[in-house]
Amino acid sequence: MNDAAAAPSSIDLHAEYEGSGAKEVLEELDRELIGLKPVKDRIRETAALLLVERARQKLGLAHETPTLHMSFTGNPGTGKTTVALKMAGLLHRLGYVRKGHLVSVTRDDLVGQYIGHTAPKTKEVLKRAMGGVLFIDEAYYLYRPDNERDYGQEAIEILLQVMENNRDDLVVILAGYADRMENFFQSNPGFRSRIAHHIEFPDYTDDELFEIAGHMLDDQSYHMTHGAEAALRDYIGLRRAQPHFANARSIRNALDRARLRQANRLFTHASGPLNARALSTIEEADIRASRVFRGGLDSERRAAEALAK
Amino acid sequence: MRITQGCFSFLPDLTDEQISAQVEYCLSRGWAVSLEYTDAPHPRNTYWEMWGMPMFDLRDPKGVMMELEECRKAVPDHYIRINAFDSTRGFETVTMSFIVNRPKVEPTIRMDRTEVDGRSIRYTHGIVR
Repeated sequence: MNDAAAAPSSIDLHAEYEGSGAKEVLEELDRELIGLKPVKDRIRETAALLLVERARQKLGLAHETPTLHMSFTGNPGTGKTTVALKMAGLLHRLGYVRKGHLVSVTRDDLVGQYIGHTAPKTKEVLKRAMGGVLFIDEAYYLYRPDNERDYGQEAIEILLQVMENNRDDLVVILAGYADRMENFFQSNPGFRSRIAHHIEFPDYTDDELFEIAGHMLDDQSYHMTHGAEAALRDYIGLRRAQPHFANARSIRNALDRARLRQANRLFTHASGPLNARALSTIEEADIRASRVFRGGLDSERRAAEALAK
Repeated sequence: MRITQGCFSFLPDLTDEQISAQVEYCLSRGWAVSLEYTDAPHPRNTYWEMWGMPMFDLRDPKGVMMELEECRKAVPDHYIRINAFDSTRGFETVTMSFIVNRPKVEPTIRMDRTEVDGRSIRYTHGIVR
Protein backbone atom coordinates (compact mmCIF):
# COMPACT_ATOMS: atom_id res chain seq x y z
CA MET A 1 0.00 0.00 0.00
CA ASN A 2 2.98 2.27 0.50
CA ASP A 3 3.56 2.53 -3.23
CA ALA A 4 0.21 4.10 -3.84
CA ALA A 5 0.79 6.75 -1.22
CA ALA A 6 4.25 7.66 -2.53
CA ALA A 7 4.47 10.52 -5.01
CA PRO A 8 4.59 9.48 -8.68
CA SER A 9 7.92 10.11 -10.38
CA SER A 10 6.54 11.67 -13.54
CA ILE A 11 3.34 13.27 -14.69
CA ASP A 12 1.70 13.60 -18.07
CA LEU A 13 0.60 17.22 -18.39
CA HIS A 14 -1.59 16.55 -21.38
CA ALA A 15 -3.43 13.74 -19.66
CA GLU A 16 -3.87 16.08 -16.69
CA TYR A 17 -5.16 18.78 -18.97
CA GLU A 18 -7.75 16.54 -20.56
CA GLY A 19 -8.61 14.70 -17.37
CA SER A 20 -9.28 17.83 -15.33
CA GLY A 21 -11.94 19.11 -17.71
CA ALA A 22 -10.02 22.35 -18.22
CA LYS A 23 -9.86 21.48 -21.89
CA GLU A 24 -13.62 21.63 -22.31
CA VAL A 25 -13.84 25.01 -20.60
CA LEU A 26 -11.11 26.49 -22.78
CA GLU A 27 -12.64 25.07 -25.93
CA GLU A 28 -16.03 26.41 -24.90
CA LEU A 29 -14.41 29.79 -24.37
CA ASP A 30 -12.92 29.69 -27.85
CA ARG A 31 -16.17 28.63 -29.41
CA GLU A 32 -18.59 30.90 -27.64
CA LEU A 33 -16.59 34.07 -27.28
CA ILE A 34 -15.76 35.96 -30.40
CA GLY A 35 -12.59 38.05 -30.60
CA LEU A 36 -11.03 38.84 -27.20
CA LYS A 37 -7.77 37.24 -28.27
CA PRO A 38 -5.60 38.79 -25.52
CA VAL A 39 -8.10 37.68 -22.91
CA LYS A 40 -8.13 34.12 -24.15
CA ASP A 41 -4.35 34.04 -24.23
CA ARG A 42 -4.16 35.22 -20.65
CA ILE A 43 -6.70 32.67 -19.52
CA ARG A 44 -4.80 29.91 -21.29
CA GLU A 45 -1.61 31.04 -19.59
CA THR A 46 -3.34 31.05 -16.22
CA ALA A 47 -4.71 27.57 -16.85
CA ALA A 48 -1.23 26.35 -17.79
CA LEU A 49 0.23 27.82 -14.62
CA LEU A 50 -2.42 26.18 -12.49
CA LEU A 51 -1.92 22.82 -14.19
CA VAL A 52 1.82 22.97 -13.63
CA GLU A 53 1.29 23.98 -10.01
CA ARG A 54 -1.01 21.04 -9.56
CA ALA A 55 1.49 18.67 -11.15
CA ARG A 56 4.24 20.02 -8.90
CA GLN A 57 2.04 19.43 -5.92
CA LYS A 58 1.45 15.84 -6.98
CA LEU A 59 5.17 15.24 -7.34
CA GLY A 60 5.72 16.62 -3.89
CA LEU A 61 7.68 19.67 -5.02
CA ALA A 62 7.53 22.88 -3.08
CA HIS A 63 4.42 24.75 -4.09
CA GLU A 64 2.37 27.60 -2.86
CA THR A 65 -1.24 28.31 -3.73
CA PRO A 66 -0.85 30.96 -6.40
CA THR A 67 -2.64 34.25 -5.87
CA LEU A 68 -5.60 34.06 -8.20
CA HIS A 69 -7.34 37.36 -7.56
CA MET A 70 -7.81 39.16 -10.84
CA SER A 71 -8.88 42.44 -12.27
CA PHE A 72 -10.81 42.68 -15.52
CA THR A 73 -10.66 46.06 -17.18
CA GLY A 74 -12.42 47.07 -20.34
CA ASN A 75 -15.18 49.16 -21.80
CA PRO A 76 -18.84 48.30 -21.21
CA GLY A 77 -20.18 45.27 -23.02
CA THR A 78 -16.83 43.62 -23.69
CA GLY A 79 -17.74 40.37 -21.96
CA LYS A 80 -16.21 40.79 -18.51
CA THR A 81 -19.04 39.08 -16.67
CA THR A 82 -19.26 36.26 -19.19
CA VAL A 83 -15.56 35.58 -18.91
CA ALA A 84 -15.76 35.69 -15.12
CA LEU A 85 -18.41 32.99 -15.26
CA LYS A 86 -16.15 30.83 -17.43
CA MET A 87 -13.23 31.58 -15.16
CA ALA A 88 -15.18 30.27 -12.17
CA GLY A 89 -15.84 27.04 -14.07
CA LEU A 90 -12.20 26.73 -15.05
CA LEU A 91 -10.88 27.28 -11.53
CA HIS A 92 -13.37 24.76 -10.23
CA ARG A 93 -12.27 22.11 -12.74
CA LEU A 94 -8.66 22.69 -11.83
CA GLY A 95 -9.53 22.35 -8.16
CA TYR A 96 -8.65 25.87 -7.04
CA VAL A 97 -12.13 26.72 -5.83
CA ARG A 98 -14.34 24.10 -4.24
CA LYS A 99 -17.75 24.97 -5.65
CA GLY A 100 -17.15 27.12 -8.72
CA HIS A 101 -20.17 29.42 -8.44
CA LEU A 102 -20.03 33.10 -9.28
CA VAL A 103 -21.39 35.73 -6.91
CA SER A 104 -21.75 38.99 -8.78
CA VAL A 105 -22.04 42.13 -6.64
CA THR A 106 -21.74 45.90 -6.90
CA ARG A 107 -21.16 48.62 -4.33
CA ASP A 108 -24.74 48.45 -3.08
CA ASP A 109 -24.33 44.84 -1.98
CA LEU A 110 -21.19 45.52 0.01
CA VAL A 111 -21.54 48.97 1.51
CA GLY A 112 -24.13 49.75 4.15
CA GLN A 113 -26.27 52.80 4.74
CA TYR A 114 -25.29 53.68 8.27
CA ILE A 115 -22.54 53.09 10.80
CA GLY A 116 -22.15 49.41 11.62
CA HIS A 117 -24.13 48.25 8.62
CA THR A 118 -21.23 47.73 6.24
CA ALA A 119 -19.28 45.00 7.98
CA PRO A 120 -22.17 42.52 8.33
CA LYS A 121 -23.24 43.24 4.77
CA THR A 122 -19.80 42.66 3.33
CA LYS A 123 -19.29 39.55 5.43
CA GLU A 124 -22.64 38.19 4.32
CA VAL A 125 -21.58 38.53 0.69
CA LEU A 126 -18.18 37.01 1.40
CA LYS A 127 -19.79 34.05 3.13
CA ARG A 128 -22.00 33.47 0.12
CA ALA A 129 -18.98 33.65 -2.17
CA MET A 130 -16.89 31.16 -0.18
CA GLY A 131 -15.81 28.25 -2.32
CA GLY A 132 -16.44 30.23 -5.48
CA VAL A 133 -15.65 33.46 -7.25
CA LEU A 134 -16.66 36.91 -6.03
CA PHE A 135 -17.13 39.26 -8.96
CA ILE A 136 -17.20 42.93 -7.98
CA ASP A 137 -18.52 44.95 -10.88
CA GLU A 138 -17.45 48.58 -11.12
CA ALA A 139 -15.21 48.11 -8.14
CA TYR A 140 -14.00 51.73 -8.14
CA TYR A 141 -17.31 52.89 -6.68
CA LEU A 142 -16.20 51.26 -3.43
CA TYR A 143 -13.74 54.08 -2.98
CA ARG A 144 -15.09 57.62 -2.83
CA PRO A 145 -12.17 59.98 -2.35
CA ASP A 146 -14.46 63.00 -2.04
CA ASN A 147 -16.06 61.70 1.15
CA GLU A 148 -13.70 60.82 3.97
CA ARG A 149 -16.39 59.15 6.01
CA ASP A 150 -17.67 57.00 3.20
CA TYR A 151 -18.35 53.46 4.35
CA GLY A 152 -16.74 52.05 1.23
CA GLN A 153 -13.38 52.16 2.95
CA GLU A 154 -14.63 49.74 5.57
CA ALA A 155 -15.76 47.28 2.90
CA ILE A 156 -12.38 47.59 1.20
CA GLU A 157 -10.56 46.76 4.43
CA ILE A 158 -12.64 43.64 5.04
CA LEU A 159 -12.19 42.58 1.44
CA LEU A 160 -8.43 42.99 1.60
CA GLN A 161 -8.25 40.99 4.77
CA VAL A 162 -10.28 38.11 3.36
CA MET A 163 -8.38 38.20 0.07
CA GLU A 164 -5.19 37.68 2.05
CA ASN A 165 -6.36 35.18 4.67
CA ASN A 166 -8.80 33.07 2.69
CA ARG A 167 -6.88 32.68 -0.54
CA ASP A 168 -7.80 28.98 -0.61
CA ASP A 169 -11.48 29.68 -0.15
CA LEU A 170 -12.38 32.27 -2.71
CA VAL A 171 -11.13 34.18 -5.71
CA VAL A 172 -12.00 37.85 -6.06
CA ILE A 173 -12.36 39.42 -9.49
CA LEU A 174 -12.60 43.20 -9.71
CA ALA A 175 -14.07 44.59 -12.90
CA GLY A 176 -14.54 48.01 -14.35
CA TYR A 177 -13.56 50.56 -16.94
CA ALA A 178 -9.83 50.79 -17.51
CA ASP A 179 -9.11 54.42 -16.60
CA ARG A 180 -11.20 54.47 -13.45
CA MET A 181 -9.78 51.14 -12.28
CA GLU A 182 -6.32 52.63 -12.71
CA ASN A 183 -7.28 55.49 -10.38
CA PHE A 184 -8.80 53.04 -7.96
CA PHE A 185 -5.64 50.96 -7.78
CA GLN A 186 -3.54 54.08 -7.42
CA SER A 187 -5.44 55.15 -4.34
CA ASN A 188 -5.68 51.62 -2.92
CA PRO A 189 -2.21 50.12 -3.30
CA GLY A 190 -3.29 47.19 -1.13
CA PHE A 191 -5.49 45.96 -3.94
CA ARG A 192 -2.85 46.23 -6.60
CA SER A 193 -0.36 44.13 -4.68
CA ARG A 194 -2.92 41.45 -3.90
CA ILE A 195 -4.06 41.07 -7.48
CA ALA A 196 -1.70 39.08 -9.64
CA HIS A 197 -3.59 38.99 -12.89
CA HIS A 198 -4.64 42.12 -14.69
CA ILE A 199 -6.60 41.23 -17.79
CA GLU A 200 -7.59 43.88 -20.30
CA PHE A 201 -10.62 43.47 -22.51
CA PRO A 202 -10.22 45.17 -25.88
CA ASP A 203 -13.15 46.70 -27.77
CA TYR A 204 -14.71 44.55 -30.44
CA THR A 205 -14.11 45.37 -34.09
CA ASP A 206 -17.11 45.95 -36.37
CA ASP A 207 -16.73 42.49 -37.89
CA GLU A 208 -16.65 40.84 -34.50
CA LEU A 209 -19.76 42.71 -33.42
CA PHE A 210 -21.50 41.56 -36.56
CA GLU A 211 -20.52 37.98 -35.84
CA ILE A 212 -21.77 38.36 -32.25
CA ALA A 213 -25.09 39.65 -33.57
CA GLY A 214 -25.31 36.56 -35.76
CA HIS A 215 -24.78 34.32 -32.73
CA MET A 216 -27.36 36.18 -30.68
CA LEU A 217 -29.96 35.82 -33.41
CA ASP A 218 -29.09 32.15 -33.92
CA ASP A 219 -29.64 31.50 -30.23
CA GLN A 220 -33.11 32.98 -30.46
CA SER A 221 -33.67 31.26 -33.84
CA TYR A 222 -34.06 34.43 -35.84
CA HIS A 223 -32.30 35.14 -39.11
CA MET A 224 -31.63 38.23 -41.21
CA THR A 225 -32.22 38.87 -44.88
CA HIS A 226 -29.26 40.10 -46.93
CA GLY A 227 -30.64 43.61 -46.81
CA ALA A 228 -30.89 43.40 -43.04
CA GLU A 229 -27.30 42.15 -42.79
CA ALA A 230 -26.06 45.15 -44.76
CA ALA A 231 -28.19 47.44 -42.62
CA LEU A 232 -26.79 45.93 -39.45
CA ARG A 233 -23.22 46.49 -40.66
CA ASP A 234 -24.05 50.14 -41.33
CA TYR A 235 -25.74 50.32 -37.96
CA ILE A 236 -22.67 49.06 -36.12
CA GLY A 237 -20.45 51.62 -37.84
CA LEU A 238 -22.82 54.48 -37.01
CA ARG A 239 -23.61 53.36 -33.48
CA ARG A 240 -19.95 53.20 -32.52
CA ALA A 241 -19.53 56.91 -33.22
CA GLN A 242 -22.51 57.84 -31.06
CA PRO A 243 -22.41 58.35 -27.28
CA HIS A 244 -22.97 55.53 -24.76
CA PHE A 245 -21.74 52.83 -27.10
CA ALA A 246 -21.49 49.60 -25.10
CA ASN A 247 -20.08 47.06 -27.53
CA ALA A 248 -21.96 43.77 -27.46
CA ARG A 249 -24.60 45.16 -25.11
CA SER A 250 -25.52 47.88 -27.62
CA ILE A 251 -25.86 45.21 -30.26
CA ARG A 252 -28.09 43.11 -28.07
CA ASN A 253 -30.32 46.09 -27.40
CA ALA A 254 -30.42 46.92 -31.09
CA LEU A 255 -31.50 43.38 -31.90
CA ASP A 256 -34.14 43.46 -29.19
CA ARG A 257 -35.58 46.61 -30.72
CA ALA A 258 -35.39 45.09 -34.20
CA ARG A 259 -37.43 42.16 -32.93
CA LEU A 260 -39.91 44.59 -31.49
CA ARG A 261 -40.28 46.32 -34.83
CA GLN A 262 -40.49 43.01 -36.64
CA ALA A 263 -43.31 41.91 -34.35
CA ASN A 264 -45.10 45.19 -34.88
CA ARG A 265 -44.66 44.93 -38.65
CA LEU A 266 -46.09 41.44 -38.70
CA PHE A 267 -48.93 42.45 -36.47
CA THR A 268 -50.01 45.48 -38.48
CA HIS A 269 -49.28 44.40 -42.04
CA ALA A 270 -49.67 40.64 -42.16
CA SER A 271 -52.85 39.35 -43.69
CA GLY A 272 -53.57 35.66 -43.48
CA PRO A 273 -51.55 32.97 -41.71
CA LEU A 274 -47.81 33.36 -41.08
CA ASN A 275 -45.32 30.54 -41.36
CA ALA A 276 -42.30 29.94 -39.12
CA ARG A 277 -40.05 31.56 -41.69
CA ALA A 278 -41.92 34.83 -41.65
CA LEU A 279 -41.98 34.82 -37.86
CA SER A 280 -38.22 34.44 -37.61
CA THR A 281 -37.06 36.75 -40.39
CA ILE A 282 -35.68 40.18 -39.61
CA GLU A 283 -35.89 42.45 -42.62
CA GLU A 284 -33.93 45.48 -43.64
CA ALA A 285 -36.71 47.85 -42.66
CA ASP A 286 -36.70 46.50 -39.10
CA ILE A 287 -33.16 47.70 -38.64
CA ARG A 288 -33.22 50.77 -40.86
CA ALA A 289 -36.05 52.22 -38.76
CA SER A 290 -33.59 52.69 -35.89
CA ARG A 291 -32.95 56.19 -34.62
CA VAL A 292 -29.24 55.53 -34.97
CA PHE A 293 -29.58 56.16 -38.70
CA ARG A 294 -31.03 59.57 -37.93
CA GLY A 295 -28.20 60.54 -35.62
CA GLY A 296 -29.14 58.96 -32.29
CA LEU A 297 -31.67 59.92 -29.64
CA ASP A 298 -33.48 63.17 -30.42
CA SER A 299 -32.32 64.85 -27.22
CA GLU A 300 -28.72 63.89 -27.85
CA ARG A 301 -28.84 64.93 -31.48
CA ARG A 302 -30.17 68.36 -30.52
CA ALA A 303 -27.45 68.68 -27.90
CA ALA A 304 -24.78 67.79 -30.46
CA GLU A 305 -26.22 70.29 -32.95
CA ALA A 306 -26.30 73.01 -30.33
CA LEU A 307 -22.69 72.25 -29.53
CA ALA A 308 -21.73 72.47 -33.20
CA LYS A 309 -23.26 75.94 -33.45
CA MET B 1 -22.74 16.35 33.40
CA ARG B 2 -22.60 16.00 29.65
CA ILE B 3 -25.68 17.51 28.04
CA THR B 4 -27.12 15.26 25.39
CA GLN B 5 -29.44 16.95 22.93
CA GLY B 6 -29.52 17.14 19.16
CA CYS B 7 -27.57 14.88 16.82
CA PHE B 8 -24.25 13.27 17.70
CA SER B 9 -24.45 14.22 21.35
CA PHE B 10 -23.59 10.72 22.52
CA LEU B 11 -20.47 10.74 20.37
CA PRO B 12 -17.21 12.42 21.27
CA ASP B 13 -17.20 16.13 20.34
CA LEU B 14 -16.94 16.70 16.60
CA THR B 15 -13.72 18.14 15.25
CA ASP B 16 -13.89 21.21 13.05
CA GLU B 17 -13.35 19.02 10.03
CA GLN B 18 -16.28 16.82 10.99
CA ILE B 19 -18.47 19.85 11.66
CA SER B 20 -17.54 21.21 8.27
CA ALA B 21 -18.50 17.90 6.65
CA GLN B 22 -21.87 17.90 8.43
CA VAL B 23 -22.55 21.46 7.30
CA GLU B 24 -21.59 20.47 3.79
CA TYR B 25 -24.26 17.77 3.99
CA CYS B 26 -26.84 20.29 5.21
CA LEU B 27 -26.03 22.68 2.39
CA SER B 28 -26.15 19.89 -0.17
CA ARG B 29 -29.74 19.24 0.94
CA GLY B 30 -30.57 22.92 0.54
CA TRP B 31 -31.07 23.65 4.23
CA ALA B 32 -30.32 27.04 5.72
CA VAL B 33 -27.74 26.82 8.48
CA SER B 34 -27.74 29.02 11.56
CA LEU B 35 -25.86 29.29 14.83
CA GLU B 36 -27.29 29.64 18.32
CA TYR B 37 -25.70 29.85 21.76
CA THR B 38 -26.78 29.72 25.36
CA ASP B 39 -25.45 29.26 28.88
CA ALA B 40 -28.60 27.54 30.13
CA PRO B 41 -28.88 24.07 28.63
CA HIS B 42 -32.09 23.23 30.49
CA PRO B 43 -34.19 20.91 28.33
CA ARG B 44 -37.11 23.32 28.52
CA ASN B 45 -34.93 26.15 27.21
CA THR B 46 -35.83 25.66 23.56
CA TYR B 47 -34.99 29.11 22.32
CA TRP B 48 -31.30 29.82 22.38
CA GLU B 49 -29.74 33.17 21.51
CA MET B 50 -29.28 33.60 17.76
CA TRP B 51 -25.79 34.29 16.50
CA GLY B 52 -26.58 36.50 13.53
CA MET B 53 -29.14 35.64 10.92
CA PRO B 54 -29.69 32.19 9.46
CA MET B 55 -27.40 31.84 6.48
CA PHE B 56 -29.40 31.37 3.33
CA ASP B 57 -27.76 31.07 -0.10
CA LEU B 58 -24.52 29.57 1.16
CA ARG B 59 -22.70 27.19 -1.13
CA ASP B 60 -19.70 26.27 0.95
CA PRO B 61 -19.36 25.35 4.66
CA LYS B 62 -16.48 27.79 5.03
CA GLY B 63 -18.96 30.64 5.57
CA VAL B 64 -20.50 28.80 8.53
CA MET B 65 -17.10 27.89 9.92
CA MET B 66 -16.06 31.54 9.87
CA GLU B 67 -19.14 32.48 11.86
CA LEU B 68 -18.57 29.60 14.27
CA GLU B 69 -15.03 30.78 14.86
CA GLU B 70 -16.25 34.26 15.67
CA CYS B 71 -19.01 32.97 17.89
CA ARG B 72 -16.51 30.81 19.80
CA LYS B 73 -14.30 33.84 20.24
CA ALA B 74 -17.19 35.90 21.60
CA VAL B 75 -18.75 33.27 23.88
CA PRO B 76 -16.10 30.61 24.48
CA ASP B 77 -17.70 29.22 27.63
CA HIS B 78 -21.20 28.73 26.25
CA TYR B 79 -23.04 26.02 24.44
CA ILE B 80 -23.14 26.64 20.68
CA ARG B 81 -25.29 24.65 18.33
CA ILE B 82 -25.73 24.53 14.59
CA ASN B 83 -29.29 24.32 13.27
CA ALA B 84 -30.28 23.37 9.75
CA PHE B 85 -33.63 24.70 8.62
CA ASP B 86 -35.52 22.92 5.87
CA SER B 87 -37.79 25.36 4.04
CA THR B 88 -39.49 22.69 1.92
CA ARG B 89 -43.25 23.20 1.98
CA GLY B 90 -44.75 20.86 4.49
CA PHE B 91 -41.59 20.66 6.60
CA GLU B 92 -40.66 24.29 7.26
CA THR B 93 -38.80 23.38 10.40
CA VAL B 94 -35.39 22.69 11.85
CA THR B 95 -34.40 19.27 10.56
CA MET B 96 -31.00 18.91 12.11
CA SER B 97 -29.35 20.39 15.15
CA PHE B 98 -26.11 19.56 16.87
CA ILE B 99 -23.91 21.00 19.58
CA VAL B 100 -20.53 22.25 18.40
CA ASN B 101 -19.18 23.93 21.52
CA ARG B 102 -19.48 23.18 25.24
CA PRO B 103 -18.30 25.07 28.32
CA LYS B 104 -15.26 23.65 30.06
CA VAL B 105 -17.31 22.68 33.10
CA GLU B 106 -20.83 21.67 32.25
CA PRO B 107 -23.61 22.29 34.75
CA THR B 108 -25.56 19.38 36.17
CA ILE B 109 -29.27 18.93 35.83
CA ARG B 110 -30.93 17.89 39.03
CA MET B 111 -34.35 16.31 39.28
CA ASP B 112 -36.64 17.16 42.21
CA ARG B 113 -39.58 14.98 43.17
CA THR B 114 -42.51 16.57 44.96
CA GLU B 115 -45.43 14.61 46.38
CA VAL B 116 -48.79 16.20 45.60
CA ASP B 117 -52.41 15.08 45.74
CA GLY B 118 -51.76 12.17 48.06
CA ARG B 119 -48.89 10.06 46.71
CA SER B 120 -48.71 11.48 43.16
CA ILE B 121 -45.30 12.72 42.17
CA ARG B 122 -44.42 15.89 40.23
CA TYR B 123 -40.99 16.23 38.68
CA THR B 124 -39.07 19.47 38.15
CA HIS B 125 -35.59 19.88 36.75
CA GLY B 126 -33.15 22.54 37.76
CA ILE B 127 -29.63 23.44 36.74
CA VAL B 128 -26.93 23.19 39.37
CA ARG B 129 -23.64 24.89 38.59
